[in-house]
Amino acid sequence: MNGALVESREWLVAQRWLLPVLILIGFGLAFAIPEYGWFNKYVQLVMMYVGINVILAVSLNLVNGYMGEFSLAHAGFMAVGAYTSALLTMKVLPVLDYPALFPIAILAGGAMAALFGLIVAVPSFKTRGDYLALITLAFLMIVKSLIENIDYIGGPRGIPGIRKLTTLPWVFFWVVVTIWVIRNFVYSKYGRGVLSVREDEIASDLMSVNTRRVKFLAFAVSSFFAGIAGGLFAHLLQFISPRVFDIIKTTDILIMVYLGGIASIGGSILGATVYTVLLELLRPSTVAAMLSWLPDVVFEPLNEHFIQHLGIWRMVIMPLALVLVMIFWPRGMMGLREFRWFIPKRDLEAHHRGAEHEGRHDVPHGQ
Amino acid sequence: MTFLTANKVKHYFGGLCAVSDFNLDLRSGELMGVIGPNGAGKTTIFNLITGVYQASEGSIQFKGTELVGKTPHQITALRIGRTFQNIRLFRDLSVLDNVRIAHYAQADYSPLEALLQIGRYRREEQRIIENSRRLLAIFHLEALAGETAKNLPYGLQRRLEIARALAIGPELLLLDEPAAGMNPNEIDLLMEFILWIRKEFNLTILLIEHQMKLVMGICERIKVLDFGETIADGTPEQIQNHPKVLEAYLGEGPVG
Repeated sequence: MNGALVESREWLVAQRWLLPVLILIGFGLAFAIPEYGWFNKYVQLVMMYVGINVILAVSLNLVNGYMGEFSLAHAGFMAVGAYTSALLTMKVLPVLDYPALFPIAILAGGAMAALFGLIVAVPSFKTRGDYLALITLAFLMIVKSLIENIDYIGGPRGIPGIRKLTTLPWVFFWVVVTIWVIRNFVYSKYGRGVLSVREDEIASDLMSVNTRRVKFLAFAVSSFFAGIAGGLFAHLLQFISPRVFDIIKTTDILIMVYLGGIASIGGSILGATVYTVLLELLRPSTVAAMLSWLPDVVFEPLNEHFIQHLGIWRMVIMPLALVLVMIFWPRGMMGLREFRWFIPKRDLEAHHRGAEHEGRHDVPHGQ
Repeated sequence: MTFLTANKVKHYFGGLCAVSDFNLDLRSGELMGVIGPNGAGKTTIFNLITGVYQASEGSIQFKGTELVGKTPHQITALRIGRTFQNIRLFRDLSVLDNVRIAHYAQADYSPLEALLQIGRYRREEQRIIENSRRLLAIFHLEALAGETAKNLPYGLQRRLEIARALAIGPELLLLDEPAAGMNPNEIDLLMEFILWIRKEFNLTILLIEHQMKLVMGICERIKVLDFGETIADGTPEQIQNHPKVLEAYLGEGPVG
């Protein structure tokens, strides 16, 4: 039985054509769900948050997982993207007349965040580990206080009244783009360069890897997509302020990355999804709704003494869950492993192909 | 033809002079050994040639190009490969990826081509895979392509490190104590192996070694260092009987 299960799983994994088909179906659903109201507005909102968080986690994993640095700046890049795109749609681009301009605003937000990413990459040439983590934290604080002190963009009050332009199809589109581009990056010479920097930077340099260039690229790509996520976030929440993009936001993304597992795109997708959905499930109203079938004698005291206080406790329960995960499951859900569909075919084959070049036997063999 | 030359190279760590007035004239195709007691500055010389350290004074030239002032990856891209005294593989990566990473400078595509999978990207990636598989096959590591490097036994890790160094397509190969941790029988095979890769890959080799058997057995020329200074330079026969070398290795003669 078990053997048959493994076999059918292997068969499924080999059907790589399923991935594009699933993406197409996903697109279909992304259009159909809001159109036909298949889920209520709240569930649709959660779906969009899941998508945005997937973008954030996958992009942060590039620096924290693949490159092995500990960046705390992700919420800062997100803020740059959010403010840039929000200002564009409110003050510059006539999005009301031309909705097609929305992706341009999002792209501009990503590009601006990537520019800031390049700035943060510079100290990473000389610094590593804890010290670089502190520098990224400083960057996050600088971005926040900069925004707070520029009156033109609302200062500490933030920007209210952003148009709600983020829709489920757009979120899905950007999720697919993020995963595709980062996957391409990871399986190129630059991505392998990033991995080798994590393993041994000096050896990497001595194997001809241009380590500075590789770090530049990793930070730029990572922050670009953080900016994209920020733009989508701003046009979904319709209100942004510096407080939204503080260290708590970064911590959320970190939890998703480490819960899912480092150096794994699939892991970040899972981590972001599980974390976002669990947080929503722990809301008092959700839990009450889920348990309302209980007889009143049980439900009423439970509701009064426990469920109604979940609002406070859920911010304790989730980090606690993370601590337990780290202790008992240190690599996260799929650390250093990957969905096979994401791995380019030539990579899979090159790692597993049998000895079609026969070993050469004139080689002295003992070494 | 001048291949690798070093001219009055000096290097200080703080106030300590690690290498003083090092001169070298390595000819194309030669196999030269550098020996000396621990702390004599042998590995420092490798680090100076490959750009890990910048020489405090002097110049190092490879085929007419000045190396001092260049970064390690620029120097490596000039086709100078090296191994390390204590193996420095990318331990958590696969055997294949270890070799593929060393193709970085040869892979001819831009970041944009990589991100969007356009242009030269696919062709170059395919070429890297072919070349890596070819190298692994030569070194009898092909069946282990998917294995994590740290899981390999010590001897295979040493072999993989040489395969990785050859993946950059070197003309000059620097071997840092290739025989470390080997028994006499393994050293015999290693000697044969080094001579074989020199011929097969058309290499000039500079090696550091403590094992006299290996150095005396295969090197055409030997340089002896002690406390950063070159105390002797010549053929194995000349070195074996050089009074200063005997002194450095065995201590001074009995007093009185």
